[in-house]
Amino acid sequence: MRRLLPYPLLTASLIVMWLLLNSFSLGHLILGTIIALVASLSMAALQPDKPRIRKWHKIPVLIGRVLVDIYHSNVAVAGLVLSGGRRERRPGFVVIPLTLRDRTGLAVLACIVTATPGTAWVEYHADNGRLLIHVLDLVDRDAWIETIQTRYEQLLREIFE
Amino acid sequence: MSGLHDLPAWAALAIAFLLLLGSGLTLLGTIGLVRFKTFYERVHAPTLGTTGGAGAILIASMLCFSVLQSRPVLHELLITVFVTVTTPVTLMLLARAAIYRDRTEKADSVDTLVGDRGVNDGEHSARR
Repeated sequence: MRRLLPYPLLTASLIVMWLLLNSFSLGHLILGTIIALVASLSMAALQPDKPRIRKWHKIPVLIGRVLVDIYHSNVAVAGLVLSGGRRERRPGFVVIPLTLRDRTGLAVLACIVTATPGTAWVEYHADNGRLLIHVLDLVDRDAWIETIQTRYEQLLREIFE
Repeated sequence: MSGLHDLPAWAALAIAFLLLLGSGLTLLGTIGLVRFKTFYERVHAPTLGTTGGAGAILIASMLCFSVLQSRPVLHELLITVFVTVTTPVTLMLLARAAIYRDRTEKADSVDTLVGDRGVNDGEHSARR
């Protein structure tokens, strides 16, 4: 079973993707399963680290928080663009010390930080765990450190470590 | 464009609203790209288009074709996933190139804000 299904999550998502792209039918289910199996077997030849997800039930919480933050920052950045030069912006860099070390967790955090307008992931140093982000409207540095650490890092550590 | 006139009024209104919202956000993002002054500020503006803009347009698309075909049409979710997963790659590439340039040119935008080796040494908060 391990040899046939080296990456069950990848295989499952490929099948779901196939069924979403084509309409659902028995034929497409079989075809999609074959393609997903071949794809994940060739993925196994590349031998990437296998991500481990420990707490599945926390993932919807994470998605919810991300959607709320994306909404808020969309409104904020749209406001900044509209106000143009009339209101002063305070762009700046923030250094955030991270204890999260899991690669998948860091990748997800990168997606979140990037997907939120107003924050951009600039640099991460793997040896000391420091992350440099750029914030479009930096009012309070410590508040940003606090937000990333408590709102996302903790949750990601629970899910992946 | 077959069957668009079959859309019930509530769906047409909602879809039109979402399309306007999405394209409006994308437009704001591009205006920001032109208006903002520095590279690091400009990097933020297009994310309006890839999150809120794309999100609203994709929800409109899902709603439109789900109502027209009387079954859930959800493959737009795949676009959302791929856009979210691929934008960090280009953004990080651009940001790291910019920060590399700034450091070699000893420009003041990064290092005076974060400290000489802000990410490397014990420096937590920035000094001006």
